[in-house]
Amino acid sequence: MSKTTTDDSRKAGDDQELGAAGSQLSTAPKEEAPTLPAMGVIGWARWFWRQLTSMRVALLLLLLLSLGAIPGSLIPQDGTDPTKVDQFYQDHETLAPVYEKLGLFHVYSSVWFSAIYILLFVSLIGCIVPRTWQFVGQLRGRPPRAPRRLTRLPAYTTWRTGTAPEEVREAALKLLKQRRFRAHLDGDAVAAEKGYLREVGNLAFHIALIVMLIAFAWGQLFKYEGNKLVLEGDGFSNTLTQYDDFKSGNLWSQDDLDPFSFTLKDFKGTYETSGPNKGTPRTFEARITYSEGAYGKEKSTTVKVNEPLEIDGSKVYLVSHGYAPIVTVKDADGNVVVDHEAYALLPLDANVTSSGAIKVMDGYRNAKGEKEQLGFNAFFLPTYGGAGSTMLSTFPALLNPMLALSAYHGDLGVDSGIPQSVYQLDDKNLKEFKDSDGELYKKQLKVGQTMQLPGGNGSVTFEGIQEWAGFQVTAQPGSGWALGGALVAIFGLAGSLFIQRRRVWVRAVEGPDGVTVVEMAGLGRSESAKLPEELGDLAGVLYDRAPGAPDTDTDPETEPSAPAERAEKK
Amino acid sequence: MTLADATQLAAATNENLANISNTLIYSSMAVYTLAFFAYIAEWIFGSRSKVGRTAAALTAQESAGAKAGPAVTVQKAGGTAVLERPKVVVRSAASARDVPDGPGAAGGTEQGDLYGRIAISLTVLAFLIEFGGVLTRALSVRRAPWGNMYEFSITFSTVAVGVYVVLLLLKKNIRWLGLPLITTVLLDLGLAVTVLYTASDQLVPALHSYWLYIHVSTAILCGAVFYVGAVSTVLYLFKDSYENKLASGGTPGRFADSVLDRLPSAASLDKFGYRVNAAVFPLWTFTIIAGAIWAGDAWGRYWGWDPKETWSFITWVAYAGYLHARATAGWKGRKAAYLALAAFACWLFNYYGVNIFVSGKHSYAGV
Ligand code: HEM
Repeated sequence: MSKTTTDDSRKAGDDQELGAAGSQLSTAPKEEAPTLPAMGVIGWARWFWRQLTSMRVALLLLLLLSLGAIPGSLIPQDGTDPTKVDQFYQDHETLAPVYEKLGLFHVYSSVWFSAIYILLFVSLIGCIVPRTWQFVGQLRGRPPRAPRRLTRLPAYTTWRTGTAPEEVREAALKLLKQRRFRAHLDGDAVAAEKGYLREVGNLAFHIALIVMLIAFAWGQLFKYEGNKLVLEGDGFSNTLTQYDDFKSGNLWSQDDLDPFSFTLKDFKGTYETSGPNKGTPRTFEARITYSEGAYGKEKSTTVKVNEPLEIDGSKVYLVSHGYAPIVTVKDADGNVVVDHEAYALLPLDANVTSSGAIKVMDGYRNAKGEKEQLGFNAFFLPTYGGAGSTMLSTFPALLNPMLALSAYHGDLGVDSGIPQSVYQLDDKNLKEFKDSDGELYKKQLKVGQTMQLPGGNGSVTFEGIQEWAGFQVTAQPGSGWALGGALVAIFGLAGSLFIQRRRVWVRAVEGPDGVTVVEMAGLGRSESAKLPEELGDLAGVLYDRAPGAPDTDTDPETEPSAPAERAEKK
Repeated sequence: MTLADATQLAAATNENLANISNTLIYSSMAVYTLAFFAYIAEWIFGSRSKVGRTAAALTAQESAGAKAGPAVTVQKAGGTAVLERPKVVVRSAASARDVPDGPGAAGGTEQGDLYGRIAISLTVLAFLIEFGGVLTRALSVRRAPWGNMYEFSITFSTVAVGVYVVLLLLKKNIRWLGLPLITTVLLDLGLAVTVLYTASDQLVPALHSYWLYIHVSTAILCGAVFYVGAVSTVLYLFKDSYENKLASGGTPGRFADSVLDRLPSAASLDKFGYRVNAAVFPLWTFTIIAGAIWAGDAWGRYWGWDPKETWSFITWVAYAGYLHARATAGWKGRKAAYLALAAFACWLFNYYGVNIFVSGKHSYAGV
């Protein structure tokens, strides 16, 4: 390892020698050894701030951030999969509470994860602000003057010419300016620099990161997300009460709901009809009409799975679909109590085997003339395999629809004040209708068929089927900012990584023999093959304007740097 | 012809195409295997050049000592009236060792070079066949060939070899990549046809979006390029230890001597690895953003910490860390290289691990 130490000391020596010429090629913060500060609160605070905004700590925080993100991908998260979290609690009785304490079920909103990224972003801001000022200073200033010994630089060339030094410098200045270098004449040399966009890109990228973070946090606080199941022909208007379920960010308020409404005209799904993937959905389309604002003009459109409808700041997604059998219910006297009403059922599998409940709450009188409520457990197959086959649908479209009902009567419990699902019967106060064997009365119906309730208690007719579509309405304010930030980040990054910031110096002085010696040298932030190429190209052009002079006996090699060398040796 | 007949006929042609695709993939594996042996032959019959170049260069440096002033030999205009353009002297940073790049696997021997050329021709041939396989697969399913992990794997290795071929065409010093590349391609294809194989099928509606094409195609390209970067980083680590050992007066084993001496210098490998990783990093950033846009359209939120999203993020941050490390004193060189490898490991886990071990919205279409 002795080798490396000599390397390092050599490097340090070199850097000193390049001095100002190599300084500020980037605005990266200077790395200081983490020495302990002098005592005092201010001393410590300053020390802490320095550490926090150093590249080393930024790097450590970045690594911590990526490590910290890992558990959230391996342990079930409340936000994405609550049922799995419950499962985890059941399976790991000792581990789960520990995880809970550590916030491992909601890693990305946990205290420690937030601490990492907030520190990172404080560090980032603490890094960007001084870098921006420094960069502005560099833009105002001029490229640093040529180092004494250009031979030390990574790319170097020289030649002797008969052209006068002033003319060479003049030509060099013109050439460099033509090539869009910032160039100026300083003593016996031209100093030039190019590629400032690199720094602009780098700063823009880091600032864009901050913009993205703020936009994301803003969106989380003010977002809302609600679901609504809509039958064909029915409408929806964007108010809180209309939603089946609803979630919102901590700072969201009801006034943030964009006023709009829509009506589902028609839902259509198509499916693979043959082959190994028979039944796999191909397209889902919901034709709707909608109006913006309270009294907006009505427009029509089609919402597809990946193509949400955007209204103001809200997006309406098509997220699910299913069937709603239409039934007519008559009471014992033959009075129609339910007239062609559609009851949405929930799909259970990919072939849309569906289940749910039909509840008749008002207006029904039984054979004895008493007021009662009716309830039916409903099972629906869009494609029934035929007699003797399983009670599972064999295809998702309506090829051979079949509705299976089992009948109850009594009190549905809807008035008890306890909220209940519309898809399930609460059978606490319900009695079964019995068939002749004393079993629960069930029947399978095709479209048009009627089921007579035992004891002359009325009838249910399966009239037809409507489809329904489930919509998710979401708004996440700040997405525009996030997207804008993302785009700036990409371009900034590209600028930062692909543009080379480099300096070129051209020195022209009269040698002892009266011939002009031209030296050109280039310095980039990192070693790159492009730098010598560019220097060669520039030298070629300049050489044409200040052509080489014939050699003299003196060795031009040591000529320009000779005085410097001697100075160093003494 | 009835409608049913028509669909049946279409299904039959699709099945034919799928079979052709499978045949092509297997053929390409056969040709890759031949290429693999040719690369091995190149390494065996090639030799490291007579003089141990690295050792020679390093000892020369030692003896010349640190005081050896500027390594400048100025090429100036020819002596007389013949005016040549001035030549540029390139001087590497003082800290870097001045080690020349190795001569390559063939090591300047004719026989080795012959095998090397055969290996490259076979690689190109296998690439074309595999490309055909991917194309027919795409035609048979009438969509882009990346709906499941089998398709992802065959497309991925095709693109990786494609990157290699393109770099060769650009006359980059990249032939050293041949053997490790083809070895992994064979592994990848082997896994693809045995464990991951899925009969051709179509996409569920959630996957229908042009963002899918953008997002997945750039993801595959990024992976292929990251892979190239990772290989060169691994080789850098080996070569760097080798050079360190030589520089401190040790004698590396004969195998190491023979193999490593033929590789490019540690500095070149390091630089190449960095360039490659840095060049795709913006594309990787774009890939994640495209994915977020697609997720916004498909799932109603653009970022939801789904496992695949999380691991893309982890990979991204890890590569950002690597880029930072290279700008941080004390982290350049080997430490940064370890970071680059960790970042690539994250990418790999995202590709295989997440699909297999973790369930999330991205797990679809059979594996
Ligand atoms: C959210 C976290 C951050 C990410 C994702 C990130 C990402 C990046 C990336 C990808 C680069 C590479 C561009 C290049 O090499 O030119 C870079 C460069 C840079 N970053 Fe960051 N960065 C982050 C935070 C920070 C922080 C906190 C600091 C300040 C301490 C910082 C300072 C720098 C500097 C100075 C450079 C330029 C280095 C150079 O000139 O080579 N970054 N950053």
